[in-house]
Amino acid sequence: MTQTQDLDGVELLEQLGKTGDGKSPQGCMQCGLCAASCPLGDVMEFPPRKLILQAGADHLDQVLASPAIWMCVGCYTCSLRCPRDIELADRLWPALRDQAMQRGFQPPAELQETFQNVFKYGNVLGKSPRQRLDWAKDLDVRVLDLSKEPRPVEVLWLVGCYPSYYPRNQAVTRAFARILTELGVTWGVLGAKEKAVGECDRMFGEEGLFETLVEENRKLLDRLDFDKIVTLDPHAFRALQNFYPRFGAWYPVQHATMFLAERLDKLRPLVVKPIEATVTYHDNCCVGRRAGCYDPPRSLLGLIPGLKLVEMARSRENALCCGGGGGGMWLDAHIVAHGGRRLSDLRIAQAAQTGAGVLAVSCPYELSRFEDAAKVAGLEGRLAVRDVVELLAESMDLGERSAS
Amino acid sequence: MNLVVVVRQVPDLIEPLEVSASGTALDYETASFVVNETDDHALEQALLLKESGGGTVTVVALDYGEVDNTLYTAAAKGADRIVKIARADDTPPSPAASAAAYAQAIQPLGPELVLVGIQAHDELDGVVPPLLAARLGMPYVGVIRGVKRGPEPGAVSVCKEFPGAVMARLSVRLPAVLGILGAEQPPRYVPVSRIRAAMKTAKFDEVAGAAPPPASRVEVCRLYPPPSGARAEMLSGTESELAARIAEILAEKGLLK
Repeated sequence: MTQTQDLDGVELLEQLGKTGDGKSPQGCMQCGLCAASCPLGDVMEFPPRKLILQAGADHLDQVLASPAIWMCVGCYTCSLRCPRDIELADRLWPALRDQAMQRGFQPPAELQETFQNVFKYGNVLGKSPRQRLDWAKDLDVRVLDLSKEPRPVEVLWLVGCYPSYYPRNQAVTRAFARILTELGVTWGVLGAKEKAVGECDRMFGEEGLFETLVEENRKLLDRLDFDKIVTLDPHAFRALQNFYPRFGAWYPVQHATMFLAERLDKLRPLVVKPIEATVTYHDNCCVGRRAGCYDPPRSLLGLIPGLKLVEMARSRENALCCGGGGGGMWLDAHIVAHGGRRLSDLRIAQAAQTGAGVLAVSCPYELSRFEDAAKVAGLEGRLAVRDVVELLAESMDLGERSAS
Repeated sequence: MNLVVVVRQVPDLIEPLEVSASGTALDYETASFVVNETDDHALEQALLLKESGGGTVTVVALDYGEVDNTLYTAAAKGADRIVKIARADDTPPSPAASAAAYAQAIQPLGPELVLVGIQAHDELDGVVPPLLAARLGMPYVGVIRGVKRGPEPGAVSVCKEFPGAVMARLSVRLPAVLGILGAEQPPRYVPVSRIRAAMKTAKFDEVAGAAPPPASRVEVCRLYPPPSGARAEMLSGTESELAARIAEILAEKGLLK
């Protein structure tokens, strides 16, 4: 791993220049596009531009002690817009957080608990690994647990923490299981052996925890025979595509929307039930801005008879983040305590402005974040939050909400 | 200051606990273990004392459950020495046997202060700390929330909690055993990279267990989950029916207006 212990600010920036994806932070020309683009840049003591300036000016301790370093939610807008191609979200922030923890600065309490849950139980929710497959209880399709029956499959589905455990997400998980089965794909899951992929842990500077997860996941995945990994979690997709290969762990991986959008011809005759609704789609940051993949979820929504897709003013690469990425799910209290706000509250208002009755999403964090935001904004009953997979399953008459 | 901390493993309540076939003990086969919460506070308090005025922290633990993970974490946090006491089987011993084993391992360390969690959730009557003090021939004070050096050499100043929200500041002459309820700050987070480094470098001093004490005069006849009382109302129905009933109950109790 990258040992960044006891470096001064200049050494840290130099090291990032050698090991990072983008160009060295030392090439920063202080234009401020990052800070201006950051959805929390106005309330951060050190937005990206100032992080680099102050770290380079040997004020690293001041930077590391600031609550600002725990405010980035990994939306990647700064990285995308940086004219010098400096990898701010993926490299600079995690490195500073790692430095902070190495020097004994404590991360926000909720985040500590999440890290500990992942380290001990392999999931962010602190649930028993034995309950990983609870979503599949009484399911009308067969779920093959590859950790018990290792058979060759086309798709190894990494279900993810929220989709496995969180009740609202489990509905989407079951919908995806039905769709995969309906498509005639051979698929399996890892059951009680599945562990978090670790994207949020890495983004939050818990490099050691991330390495542990990579090692454990590799041990399991390398024994199994599958064509590709498919996941509902854009963060897992991002980590497997970009961060696992750095450890020599290379697996073909697709987000569920990408996998399904390659099968439009097969899906077209199956979408039998119209959904008469005006829908707006929220681009998640990892599949959208980061992977540049905007069309697959829209093409899936476009398949559904009766459904009318409208766009928010900020969409695709300019979409506003839901605020849940990079550990943001556990940082609302910290961010609000330091003058910030929940981005999901801003985003839900943007969705409502389109006049849509449904906000379609494709990331497990977004369901609960936007449903909560809709309640806060008094939009409950007027703006429903549905996963693209869930809408598709409903139109295929495979959804558990099809009665509603 | 020569500080010794006792760290115990307790069954993790993330899994439902099961009673073994004998009907008199927990089924440890199905249980997983975590560090006892108040022991984690005892370790934090010891580390704070060391950081505020020097000294060494020795962690002493019995070898069962997932003790190695706990001990590597303690080393990563700053414990100087780890003593692991051998144990024939993978279950927690009785409180009396635990105290005997800890005392035998701690005596040769010549501690000035022994810190141990006030209780463990599989040992709620909290007899281990006073039994340990008795075996070491040291005074014991429990329900401690915060320890400071001084006021004079050879003593510490402790904050003890009493019922009814009364706190007392006591001066305790050393050596002594303290039963810790809480440290002055929450147990620190240590990044996993440090724990992984400790796994490669930390060494445990392994010592033999003590001879078991005479059989206890108390015996468990039956272990069982508490039956639900007649006054409990078990709710059933759909989510919205349940929610409506809960709201009704809260309103009846005057908690909702």
